[in-house]
Amino acid sequence: MHPALSVIFFSTFSGLGFGLLFFLGLGFPAVTGGSAFAFFTIAYILAVGGLISSTFHLGHPERALKAFTQWKSSWLSREAWCAVLALVLMALYGAGLVFFGTRWTPLGILGALASLATVFTTSMIYAQMKTVPRWHTPLTPAYFLSLCIAGGALMAGQTTLAAVLLLLAGVIQVATWGIGDKAFTGGGTDMETATQLGSVGKVRAFEPPHTGTNYLKREFVYVIARKHALKLRVIAGVLMIVLPLILLLLPFSHIFALLAVVSHVAGVFTSRWLFFAEAEHVVGLYYGARTQVA
Amino acid sequence: MTQLPETTAKKLGLVIDLDTCVGCHACVISCKGWNTENYGAPLSDQDPYGADPSGTFLNRVHSYEVQPAQGDAQLIHFPKSCLHCEDAPCVTVCPTGASYKRVEDGIVLVNESDCIGCGLCAWACPYGAREMDVAEGVMKKCTLCVDRIYNENLPEIDRTPSCVRTCPSGARHFGDLGDPYSDVSILVANRGGVDLMPEQGTKPVNKYLPPRPKDRLAAASADDIDILAPFLEPVAQETKGFLGWLDRTLEKL
Repeated sequence: MHPALSVIFFSTFSGLGFGLLFFLGLGFPAVTGGSAFAFFTIAYILAVGGLISSTFHLGHPERALKAFTQWKSSWLSREAWCAVLALVLMALYGAGLVFFGTRWTPLGILGALASLATVFTTSMIYAQMKTVPRWHTPLTPAYFLSLCIAGGALMAGQTTLAAVLLLLAGVIQVATWGIGDKAFTGGGTDMETATQLGSVGKVRAFEPPHTGTNYLKREFVYVIARKHALKLRVIAGVLMIVLPLILLLLPFSHIFALLAVVSHVAGVFTSRWLFFAEAEHVVGLYYGARTQVA
Repeated sequence: MTQLPETTAKKLGLVIDLDTCVGCHACVISCKGWNTENYGAPLSDQDPYGADPSGTFLNRVHSYEVQPAQGDAQLIHFPKSCLHCEDAPCVTVCPTGASYKRVEDGIVLVNESDCIGCGLCAWACPYGAREMDVAEGVMKKCTLCVDRIYNENLPEIDRTPSCVRTCPSGARHFGDLGDPYSDVSILVANRGGVDLMPEQGTKPVNKYLPPRPKDRLAAASADDIDILAPFLEPVAQETKGFLGWLDRTLEKL
């Protein structure tokens, strides 16, 4: 799949922002006044910034409000609702903390749940795609949610919890890669089912429909840099999990905490890039493309 | 609404005969011609006369080489467009309601004025039937020529999809696949029509007729007989008259 930067930005930063909102909603850290304002500002810049960046890949962003209409069937529509709900609830809750110095606990819990629900709906947009076997697994929501709360704990300064959650996210990430590599061949869709010519003999793509490229090939049959996939996985894992873990275990300092966050974000960004670049769409079979990471 | 209808009154669709398709791409061209001039946004091309041309097409013809366990390889041309699936995954993912499946005839359409161009429907389609138009920023797909099949301004013979009307080898058929007694349903039953990627669970309406066994080709290669041999034998075994004299004279030189 084509790794669109706007979508990678969106899912990385809004995931982190909603992760932070989740912890703020539960009262970790239990801040009020000026420091609450600072925490909420960071969370909103990340969450809203990510959401705005996601509209850049739309052909008609001016019609984006129509995306609220199909919540009964569409995960993208549900994501829009959850995001707005989470942002409104957390804004009210944040106003209480910042301006009145009071913590409206039920509101915070509801906001925290809506924040998690937003990330879950995002992940389901990918997990529902039967056409992309690597994504079509419960591991996809697990991957998005585990990174969301690990990043959130890191941002919220919950050192011990962050270390545990980072470890968990690391385990899920490794499982996602390991199982994902076998997903396409295990998915049951191949050249023979695609063309239904298997009863005649072994099928090979002889000539594509056009000598040039097209939308489908650009969007779905994207193969760049898969040869570096293993190196990129190591880089992602070190930046996202290992380095922040080491920095967390060192005696606490604000510099180390900042470095841990920066490293984690860079790692999640790399991992998210791989999430798209390594995913293969079954339509590639019609074009004879079947490139799998070894 | 992007929820799929429980049932549709008709299941209009195409039956594509892989045995008779000659791979001329006439259906591709006539589709592009009709659909760029009629319903919805035109099908744009990018850099059409330059070094790297590409464009939006609703119908494309692939070609596959199939090698049987015994005998000669075969070349099979494979036209592919929207299959108007009963369980169309492209419809349910649409966040705006732009994509829908019609209750009256089962045609899957896009309301272009509601489309935000998120591309999710193209991701959900296993067949590559939907293409985002780069110039217009909206999703384009086969309409089964909804502006031809009910169009009373056209002569009756033209009220079929443009690709079907154009096909010079009669490899494309149009009709109601929900009616077991329609011509297309009988054709599918007789020829063992199949679904593409049935494991994807999309329940496509369009059917593909597999190529018939190439029995004469196989027999010829099995016995190693050159089927053209009788036509290549000398027409005259003995020469007479002027040509005979010329032949003999040239032999002596």
